[in-house]
Amino acid sequence: MANQIDRTGTPLVEMRDMQKAFGGIKAVDHVTVDLYPGEVVGILGHNGAGKSVLMKMLSGAYPRDGGQIFVNGEEAHITNPRDARNYNIETIYQTLALADNLDAASNMFLGRELVTRFGLVDDAQMEAETRKIMGRLNPNFRRYSTPVSGLSGGQRQSVAISRAVYFNAKILIMDEPTAALGVEETRMVSELIDELKKQGIGIFLIDHDIHQVKALCDRASVMKNGQLVGTVKVDEVSEDDLLGMIILGKNPKDEAA
Amino acid sequence: MTDLSNPTLTRKKRNFLAALEVDNRLLGMIGAFVLICVVFNLLTDGRFMTPRNIFNLTIQTVSVAIMATGMVFVIVTRNIDLSVGSLLATCSAVMAMTQTVVAPQWLQLGLEHPATAPLAILIGLVAGAAIGAFHGWLIGYLTIPAFIVSLGGYLIWRNVAWHLTNGQTIGPLDGNFQLFGGTNGTLGETWSWVVGGLAVLGAIYGLWNARRAKVKHEFPVKPMWAELSLMAIVAAVIMGFVAILNSYEIPIRRLARQFEARGEVMPDGYTASYGLPISVLLLIVVAIVMTIVAQRTRLGRYIFATGGNPEAAKLSGIDTRMLTVKIFTMVGVLCAISAVVASSRQTFHSNDIGTLDELRVIAAAVIGGTALSGGLGTIYGAILGALIMQSLQSGMAMVGVDAPYQNMVVGSVLVLAVWIDIVYRKRTGD
Repeated sequence: MANQIDRTGTPLVEMRDMQKAFGGIKAVDHVTVDLYPGEVVGILGHNGAGKSVLMKMLSGAYPRDGGQIFVNGEEAHITNPRDARNYNIETIYQTLALADNLDAASNMFLGRELVTRFGLVDDAQMEAETRKIMGRLNPNFRRYSTPVSGLSGGQRQSVAISRAVYFNAKILIMDEPTAALGVEETRMVSELIDELKKQGIGIFLIDHDIHQVKALCDRASVMKNGQLVGTVKVDEVSEDDLLGMIILGKNPKDEAA
Repeated sequence: MTDLSNPTLTRKKRNFLAALEVDNRLLGMIGAFVLICVVFNLLTDGRFMTPRNIFNLTIQTVSVAIMATGMVFVIVTRNIDLSVGSLLATCSAVMAMTQTVVAPQWLQLGLEHPATAPLAILIGLVAGAAIGAFHGWLIGYLTIPAFIVSLGGYLIWRNVAWHLTNGQTIGPLDGNFQLFGGTNGTLGETWSWVVGGLAVLGAIYGLWNARRAKVKHEFPVKPMWAELSLMAIVAAVIMGFVAILNSYEIPIRRLARQFEARGEVMPDGYTASYGLPISVLLLIVVAIVMTIVAQRTRLGRYIFATGGNPEAAKLSGIDTRMLTVKIFTMVGVLCAISAVVASSRQTFHSNDIGTLDELRVIAAAVIGGTALSGGLGTIYGAILGALIMQSLQSGMAMVGVDAPYQNMVVGSVLVLAVWIDIVYRKRTGD
């Protein structure tokens, strides 16, 4: 997989020298990562390593303390989720970020409702669009008029994924997308990731499962205690190397040198 | 359509009420309301369900019901507003002073000038909106809990009203202003039928349009007979309500005084009906507008999304702080509208106007199915909740229950209603 990615041009996203502190704790400490079109970059690390915080600065959920974000080589000004969406950055949060009391369509279009010519929300149109996209991702799904609180974990996940995919994402952030899923659903997510790669979409994938990282990612950026341990091509390292980076903060390249 | 293959849905369709696809909670509340009416009618030997009492019941409900529609949005977003009764008093004081001091003395408009009432109402609405927006800013931007802001507001605005009027009762209010009070402003028989007819047409158009949108997207629709039955029921309820109000005749002496005032003599055997009170019409308009806001606008969608999951709403790019300001501004405006109704109903402004209304309004919203945990609630529920409480109270008053006992019953009903709602939600997994 890794050798198909053309990394000679401008990266799709570059996050340069990112910093974020909560009180005295440096959650993200001068971290630089990048992502090319059609590439999956795994963001790895222990709980509290700063992975989610780094990604939330890209999705606009957290304002950054320092650093720059470049999208297609141009500096992007992202201070809130709406800004990120304008750069075609979509996020699938670990918590899914669904309003449990609303139905699938209302969640899909939350913040971007389709409206009629009178400016009123067009529920019928939104449900029709939701049926189209959900039909592809989860063909057995029927429960369009119930609040999502009544859906299974997998169904909720597919609503969250549909939302990210529907709005022509160029950059996708997936925060442990398969953590709550069964075997079959996990396989569907893997297939989806492959399909999105073919469309030239870049994906940041936060994941704990080393096997899955080896299978899905082209590169992996490993973080420990808010700092970047290193970025490696997944094909060129072993699972043990990755574990060493995560647990010990030891970069295999340093060892070789 | 597709739902025919779904066994749970086909089983439900056998039931007539289920086929109408009317919300169960709505049916429950209507059931409770009907039960209250029937019981009190028996206890009062038929005096409870006379046109006169139904007329009085509706005009007594309006003020609390209007504010309750706004309280739904407040509670849905996991906030509370304890200041609505005091805010109503301040708006009422502002409008009373505009009519009795500002318009006649400062602007030299003279008594009963046609501009007085509109000016007073406009200033009242602006005052309500400004105070509400200020509350919303304190809650949304300064992150002071709504409970504290409105508890402070409860003490402050009650006494701002006292300060504005020097603690005096201000009245009588302008004649045009009093049209919103109920008895002093009704549409009469003919116009009531016209409004009723328009309401029926509007309701049928709305139902038909909703069905057409579903058919266009090939979604399952309820059977045609169910749709037509629903339309017939809605039409019957609206026209029945108008018929009842139209059958309440204006007392002869009052009519004679009206003719006298115009310098005419009342013809023998002349009768006239009150018909639909303007205040009730106002409540219906507020209910329709608030329902559209809740169900068909982005603002409403964001209110419910924020109530269901504030974090998700923020991550979807919703500015929840500004949303709070908008909600409390709406509540302020609704308090001002209620102030018009309440003060013109009693024909003067008094210091105690709206006292304890905050509790009635919260109770109405909660009895109407609004969950204090946020995310759930309906406008029609809050209005029905207000109506249920008012019927209980005036029913007991007619039976001769003393006021302290009335309050004990209303308090018990509030707790009971919430418990039933909790049990219902557990059973249905809603």
